[in-house]
Order: sequence, then structure tokens, then C-alpha cells
Amino acid sequence: MNRLPNFLAAIALVLAAFLCAAPSARAQTLDETLARFATDRFPDTARAVEEIARSGHPMALEIVEALTDGRLAWRPSDRRLYVIGADGATRAAETGKAEPDSEAAGLRRVRVNNPVRQTIAAALGVLRLNSADPGQRRVAAEAIMQSRDATQAPALEAALGRERDARVATAITLALAALRVVDPAQPESVRLAAIDALAERGSRDALVLLRSIPADAPAAIRARAERAAAGVERHLAILGGIQNLFFGLSLGSVLLLAAIGLAITFGVMGIINMAHGEMVMLGAYTTFVVQEVLRAHAPSLFDWSLLFALPLAFLVSGSVGIAIERTIIRYLYGRPLETLLATWGVSLALQQAVRTIFGSSNREVGNPAFMTGSFDLFGIALTWSRLWIVVFTIAVFAFLLFVIRYTDFGLRMRAVVQNRAMAGSVGIRTNWIDAFTFGLGSGIAGIAGVALSQIDNVSPNLGQGYIIDSFMVVVFGGVGSLWGTLVAALSLGVANKLLEPVAGAVLGKIAILVFIILFIQKRPRGLFAQKGRTAES
Amino acid sequence: MIVQRLAGRLGLSERIFVAVVVALCVLVPLANLVFPPGSPFHVSNASVVLYGKWMTYALLALSLDLVWGYCGILSLGHGAFFALGGYAMGMYLMRSIGTRGVYGNAILPDFMVFLNWKELPYAWYFFDWFGYAMLMVMFVPGLLAFVLGWFAFRSRVTGVYLSIITQAVTFALQLSFFRNDMGFGGNNGLTDFKDLLGFPVQAQSTRAVLFALSALALLGGFAIAKAIVSSKLGLVLIAIRDAETRTRFLGYRVERFKLFVFVVSAVMAGIAGALYVPQVGIINPSEFSPANSIEAVIWVAVGGRGTLTGAALGAVLVNASKTWLTAALPTLWLFVLGALFILVTLFLPKGIVGTLGAWFADRRGKP
Amino acid sequence: MIGRKTTDALLYLDGVTVSFDGFRALNKLALLIAPGEMRAIVGPNGAGKTTMMDVITGKTRPDEGDVLFDGGEFDLTKLDEAAIAELGIGRKFQKPTVFESHTVEDNLRLALKAPRKVLPTLTARRNAEEKARIDELLATVKLDAQRRTPAGGLSHGQKQWLEIGMLLAQDPALLLVDEPVAGMTDAETFETAELLKRINRTHSVVVVEHDMAFVRELGVKVTVLHEGSVLAEGTIDQVSADERVVEVYLGR
Repeated sequence: MNRLPNFLAAIALVLAAFLCAAPSARAQTLDETLARFATDRFPDTARAVEEIARSGHPMALEIVEALTDGRLAWRPSDRRLYVIGADGATRAAETGKAEPDSEAAGLRRVRVNNPVRQTIAAALGVLRLNSADPGQRRVAAEAIMQSRDATQAPALEAALGRERDARVATAITLALAALRVVDPAQPESVRLAAIDALAERGSRDALVLLRSIPADAPAAIRARAERAAAGVERHLAILGGIQNLFFGLSLGSVLLLAAIGLAITFGVMGIINMAHGEMVMLGAYTTFVVQEVLRAHAPSLFDWSLLFALPLAFLVSGSVGIAIERTIIRYLYGRPLETLLATWGVSLALQQAVRTIFGSSNREVGNPAFMTGSFDLFGIALTWSRLWIVVFTIAVFAFLLFVIRYTDFGLRMRAVVQNRAMAGSVGIRTNWIDAFTFGLGSGIAGIAGVALSQIDNVSPNLGQGYIIDSFMVVVFGGVGSLWGTLVAALSLGVANKLLEPVAGAVLGKIAILVFIILFIQKRPRGLFAQKGRTAES
Repeated sequence: MIVQRLAGRLGLSERIFVAVVVALCVLVPLANLVFPPGSPFHVSNASVVLYGKWMTYALLALSLDLVWGYCGILSLGHGAFFALGGYAMGMYLMRSIGTRGVYGNAILPDFMVFLNWKELPYAWYFFDWFGYAMLMVMFVPGLLAFVLGWFAFRSRVTGVYLSIITQAVTFALQLSFFRNDMGFGGNNGLTDFKDLLGFPVQAQSTRAVLFALSALALLGGFAIAKAIVSSKLGLVLIAIRDAETRTRFLGYRVERFKLFVFVVSAVMAGIAGALYVPQVGIINPSEFSPANSIEAVIWVAVGGRGTLTGAALGAVLVNASKTWLTAALPTLWLFVLGALFILVTLFLPKGIVGTLGAWFADRRGKP
Repeated sequence: MIGRKTTDALLYLDGVTVSFDGFRALNKLALLIAPGEMRAIVGPNGAGKTTMMDVITGKTRPDEGDVLFDGGEFDLTKLDEAAIAELGIGRKFQKPTVFESHTVEDNLRLALKAPRKVLPTLTARRNAEEKARIDELLATVKLDAQRRTPAGGLSHGQKQWLEIGMLLAQDPALLLVDEPVAGMTDAETFETAELLKRINRTHSVVVVEHDMAFVRELGVKVTVLHEGSVLAEGTIDQVSADERVVEVYLGR
């Protein structure tokens, strides 16, 4: 590259920067436009975005997109513009040709601020409206609707004229409606139609538009908008309710997952295991270890990591549970308060052990592909990880019910719980049933840890966060009743999420705690209490 | 006369305990103030604060033993009573900072100015009066214990259920005190205290006096606890612990006895907290942490539940080990604490004093 | 017929029904105990004997039915255990429950008739009258030598007697005694029967017992419970001759 063009470009830039202040700048070439990006001044950048959007340049969309992501850069020495790919490769902005020899280190990123971002949004709108990809065009129409930039109306009208895709056409119609409804220049009939179109869409942005009809608009328009807004609000309230319900169910299933092992050890066996949370934590760390091993030796299997982690976590937590039962708890049967203290000691030791091995900071546990991202259901955004956890929880619950009801082990377990002496005398080895039942509860907690590693920080304190909630769930549901635990967890989850918008997250949680405490006063044996003389002791 | 009657009932370990605490009460401040640093008899300022802290912990353990050791109520919420007493004291100390705070506001503590509050919350009214603050030190924990006990004991929530409830209440309190809106300094709590009744809290002499007061409070707490457990009411408490239903069928209203001892114990814990705060110079929501409450339980278990001296001894022993170990081998401490919980419940259910007592009784019984 | 007699009865049960999870522990049970009477109640396991005790002492609330005390003066279904105990109904449990870590003397002291409120117990002092009463009780239940022994160190039979002593200390109008001779030797059984008869001179007593020899020894009116209601009533010989009783109980 010779020096003269650089020199000229520099002069042009200085001129451009100078002219920028004066609104009369005309007759730009593409070079000038691109050069504006390299002045490091926000007004220039904004203008450059507008210009390039109108230019019809084949690289225009790519340049503006790069700018949004902070991948547009310029070289201070010659003020040439580069697009940096997601992989780090640089290409010349003007030509789109790869220029691998340009050192990325010397490049400076083009900065943006909020006014520039608005300009970008509008520009992207226009650019994408012309995209070959219908999905892009739809996104563009929606972006224009958001931007409420009246100057885009002609571009929309033009786009609507040539649009073949029905969904994209709807989106464009809506965007047009959004622009027209607040535009006093439009005839009343057009604006009324726009209101109807918005009302049909029924989204929050539509509501904002309907509410923003200026007070000086004709009475008919205002009245129609008022009615439409009320309708949209109702619609949104219902959607919001459904969304909260889902969030509540999701939280409830997390609670259930954490509590379900406890429903066995505490609920069925009556062992108060304060190290229950640590069984969950061990499950989460098992997931971490499995992922580390897979990353190192078989990266292609990473998406299957949870599948490997589940049985391992069950084994790890289950065998730790059995070890605790055999070495400590069995000597303390019939002394619940002592069991509480001893298992608290176990929990401290386990936490410290994990802290010593893995460090006290959070460990990164990745989400496999199927757990990442979200999807849209009737206008409600749901994350896959939450949905899978609900599904998973149901599966675990069903598994547990199956084990207890239909397996030989479950039969023996129930026999021991109901009448230990009789079970012993018909040849059941009650002490091993105790150990394995405790192991089952602990193993289930480990499985819960696998799931919770996907949505919570994996740290030595992970279990502590769940222990009080878990006990509350089991006690609230009624000790000894698995279904009670299910109902309790789900209803507490939903109640918590319904309270959150009203009272805030912390107050909501406190309110729930206080409610359970009062509830236990009234019904000390929980929702699904077992009545009778045997339950009295 | 009451003192005499009480003194007559003291066992050997209790006489030793009283003698040691009285001696400490006099000697530690003396050794700190009279002997210069470097003298073999000198007790450093840091040690005075540390020992003072242990005295308040011992009082907390004593209060916990009163309900757990004698009445079988395993409270996992005594840390909350301790913290509430501490907060009441902290509020007095905050108010007495006056214009010396960073923002120089005569009425509002710094954190309120920082949060841009214009008026003092009602809860903070009158806390500039020492007498009122001291009343609250006892009243607030007492009230919480009364309300909690009233509901729980009347509905016959016992055993681990009660333990879990007290833990949940503590947890709920911790969450609430973390909130800035509660008006108790949120996350940071209350700190930067200047003086107590005009005496600078950082001064050597104030700290020596605070130590002596803590030792006296421990003695006072011991006297009250001893008076309770050696009365007929003490017999009823142990009866409730050992056979609650039987006690009820004898015509005792178990819930009222439990409520009484629970409230007395909570007030004692509150006083301990109030003495703790000016010595360590800060009170924040972490004092409500459920782990703290349950740690206090192990002090009592180590020393010997159902023996008042054991509770106090256990508090000092465990905390001395903690101080030593966290400095020498920090990663080991939680293992040791965890092991303490396990080993004491498995192998030393009566604790040190209880086991020694049984051993002596055995020896005296044999020949 | 029963209704007119309520004023005479010390204890009056009528139509008392209790069910646990669908199982009827008591089924329209009716029972009358006259002042000064001693009654033996027998019945096979699950006949509802212990549940009946629970209802009378306020531990279990009946689903329906009347439980009246002292000539219909007090409705026991409205009172809790402590209040019923203070009215003058003492109960001895099936499994002897004494306060194991208290001495025999302290066990009796706790049971002695005295104010049961919190503050009076805090300020209560030992006095000569109390000591005399305890001495007397110790003599009655033959535990003088064990005065300072922790109750946990007593033999099974001694615990049973201590519990009876505690009942006497309460000085109740009505004693409910659940299986007092379970696990006792023949000699102890005989002595216990004598003790109960002596107690009956000044108190009404309801004895629940399996041991037919013991019931015969008492020589009082017998009520046979079966499936939560009264199957037969009369002297031991009468009920022993009753075919239904033989079938459900003695025949086994």
C-alpha cells in the first residue's frame, strides 16, 4: 500500500470530520462513509451507519452487524476499516476480502454509545428488510416496530409490496401499524385499522404504543386505543400468570428435587440428616468431574455428560450415605437430636473436604446443547434447562414411587418402616434395609445435584442453600408422605413465584418461611398427616 | 440470704467455676492495665477482647444449656437471640456516634445518610437512651422467644420439628436483616462505633471494663440458671425433658414451663450478644447464620449438657481451639469441628463435665 | 335410662367414638363409674382400652360422644391433659413412666398435690408437711430404702409401684391404672392387688388388665371391651360364663 492514498484519506477524514459539524455535507462516496467510522467520534459513526444503510453496498449489512457486536475495527495508521470474524480472522470492510496479514493487535474497535445504537437498530431494520432470509426480514420488521422511527415507513411499505412470506408480511403490517398509529399525518381510518392490528398482536410493545397515543389525537382514535389497550392488558395479565405459574413449577421442581431424597431419609425413616444438602453437592461435583474427564478425553461425548453423571452421582452420594449410616447414624437411632448434631458435623467435614480438593470458588459446570437457550410458547419465553428439570424431576419422582411400590427392596423397606420387629422376624435383615434405604435417599439427592449443577453455582456451599428449604418442604407436605412432598414442593414453588412480583424475592421467601412455621403450629404433621396411635410417638 | 442458699447447693465443679470466673474478672483487667507490655504478667489488649468474647459465648452456651440440657428443647435459634441483643446494643452505639460519623449527621447513622434516607425509622427511636437500649436488649429477644414459644409449645411442636422451626426462623431473620429496607444497615450491619456511655469503645480501659462486665454477666447468668434448675421448677423442667407426656398427666402445663424457660434463656442470650458487640466492634447479619446457632450447640455438648459449668467450659474450650487452629492450620478447623460434632454425640454424650461428674460419683459410690 | 343417672356417676362415657384413618378404635362406647367404685376393664388387644384411657385423660379427642366427670359437672372433651389431671384424674401408663433421672423422692415431690403454675413451682420450698407426706407415700409403696435412688435404677416392679405412689401423691378422685401387673412376679402381683384394694378405700379406681388371675384377685365388677364397645359387664364369674366373651377373648 503506498503512502499517497493514506495521506489523501487522512485529509479527507479531517475534512469529513470538519464537515460533519456542518449539516450541508453532501456528495459522499463510499470511501468517505467508511472513513467516518474511523474518526472515533460518535456522531460520525451514527452518520456513517445511516449512509451505509442507504448505500446498498453488498457489505453494508455485515459492517453494521459487526459494529453491533464490537467486531468492526480500524487501523490508526491508515484509518482503514476491518471486519473481524467471530473466529478472529480479519477482512477488509470495503471488499469483504480476507486480509490475514493485517495484525489484529494494532486495530482499534469502533465504539458505540446509545444514540449510535438507536441508529444502528434502525439501519439494521432497513438492511435486513432486504435480506434474502425470511427470518431476517421478520426480525427486521420487528426491530423497526421497536424503534418507532417514522422515517422507515416508506421502506416498510416498499418491503410489504414485494413480500411473499405470510408471516413476514404480518410482521411488516404490524410494524407499519405501529408507525402509523401515532402519526397524525395519517387519515383516521388508517390509524383505526392500525389500532386493530396492534390489538390483535397483544404484546407489551403493542400496549405501550396503544397507551402512547397523544392526547390531541381525535376522540374516536383515543377511545378505540383505550379499549384495545385494556384488551391487550388482560391478555398480557393472563400470559404473565401462566409464565409465573411455569416459573413457580420450575422452582417447585427444584425444591422437590432437593427435598425428595430427604422425603426418604427423614420422611420415611425419621432420620434427620443435616448432611443431606452435601449429598446434593457431591452429585453436582460428580457432574463437574465427569465433564472435566470428558473434555479432556472425549470432547465429542460432552453433550452426553449428564447421562454419565447421573448413575455416578447416584453411586457416589449413595455410597457416602451408606457409609454415614453404617458408621454414625445406626448408633443414634431413637435419638433424633443427637443424629441432627452428628450429621451436621458430617456436613461440615464434607464441605471442607470438597473445599480442600476442589477449592472454595465456584466450579464451571457446562450445559449440554439440549439444556441451553430458550424457546417461545405463546409469547412466553421458557428456558430449556428449566423445562428439562421439570421433566427430570417428574421422572425421578416416578422412579422413586416405582422402587418403593413395585420392587422387592421397596417391599422390604416398607415392611421395616411399618413394623421393624415383625420384619426382622420374617427374615428381613433390617439393618441392611436401613443402610440401603438411607443410601437410596442419599443417592437421589446426588441425582438432584446433577440437575441443580445446571442452574446453580457449584461450590462447597451448594447444599447449605437447600437444606432448610428441603426440610420445610418435607415437614409441610407431611412426614412420610411422598405425594405430600410433591404437593408441598410445587405449591411452595408456585406461591413463592406468585409472591415475588408483589413482595420482592427476599420478602417473598421470608413470607413463605413464616407461613410454613405458622402452618406447622396448626398442623404439626403437615398437609398429608398420618393420623393414628402409631403416628403419635 | 438467697446467695447463701444458692451457694450451699453448689457442687464441686460449680464452686471451681465461680472461683475461676471471679478470679478472671479481677485478674485479667488488672494484668492488662497494671502490668506494662513485656511483663510476664501482662495480658495483651487483643487477648482481653478475645477473652471477653469467650465470656459472652459462655453466657450464650449457658442460656442454651438451660433450654436444651434441662428442658430438652434443642433450639437452633439461640444465635438469633444473641444477634438481636447485639443489634439493640449496636443501635445504641450507632446513635451515640452523633455528628462524628463520616456524614456528620446528628440523628441519622451514616448508612441511612448513604441510602439517602431523610428520617429516622421508628424502630430507631429512643435508642440514644442507654436505659431504653438495654431494655430492648432483653425485651426484643424475649419477645421473639415468647411469640415463637407461644405458638410452638402450645401446638406441641417438639423435638427435631422444633429445632427445624427455630432454624428456619433464624434463617428468615438473617434474610430480613440482609435487606437494606429493614433499616439495620443491611449487609454491612452496624459498625464504626465510637463510645459507650461516653467511654471510647476502642480504649484499653473500656475493654478491660467490658471484659469484667462480661465475666460478671456470666456469673449473674449462672446464678439465675442455678436458681432455676435447683428449684422445684427445675425438677419440672427435667421431668419434661425425660417424659413430657407423664409431666402433663401430673397436671403441669408443660407449654407454660417451656415458655418460661425459653424466654429467660433468650433474654440471657440477648444480654450476651449486647456485651459481645462493643468488644468486637461490629454486628452484621452473618451473626444470624444458622451455622452459628448450631455451633453454640456443640459448645454445650462438648462441655456437658445439663451441667451449667459444662456449657460455659465447652464454649471456652471450643473457641480457644478455634482461635488456635484457625491461625495454625486454617483448613483443618472445619474438619475438627465436624469431628467434634460426631465424636461427642457418639462417644461423649454427657460431655466433659457430665462424664467427669459421673466418674467421681462412681468412685465415691464404690468404697 | 343412663341419662337420669348422670348426676350419680363419677365418670360418665356415652356414645364415644374415635376413629384413626377409618379404623374405629372406640365405637359408641358407654361406661359408668360410680364414686368409690373399683372397676376392672378387660378385653383383647385392639379392643380400645388404651384409647379409652386416652379419651378420658384428654390425650385423644373423641369424634363424637360425651365424656363427663364428677356427676356431669365437667365435660372432659373440652379440657386438656393438665386440666383433667388437676380435676382429679390420675393415670398410670401401661409402660411404667417415671422420671428416670430424678430420685424416687423427687418423683413423688413432683406428683404431690401442690400449685402447678410456673411461678409457685419456682418459689416452692420443701417443708415438713411435704416431707411427712412423702414419707407416708414411700412407706405405702415400700420404697423407703430407695428414697435417694434415681428412678432409672429401680426394677420394673418398683417402677410400677413408684408410679402408683405418684398417682396417690396426686390424691386424685379417680385413678386410671393401665396394666399395673404386666411383667410382675406372682408375689408382686398379689401385693399390687392388695395395694389397689387399699387405695380403693379412699379413691375410685379403673384398672385395665389382661391378667385374669389378677382381676379375679381384685374381686370387682368387670367390663369386657370388644372392638371399641362394651361386650359384657358383671362379676368375673358372670362374664367368664358369657358365650360371646368366651368366643372373642377367653376362648383364644
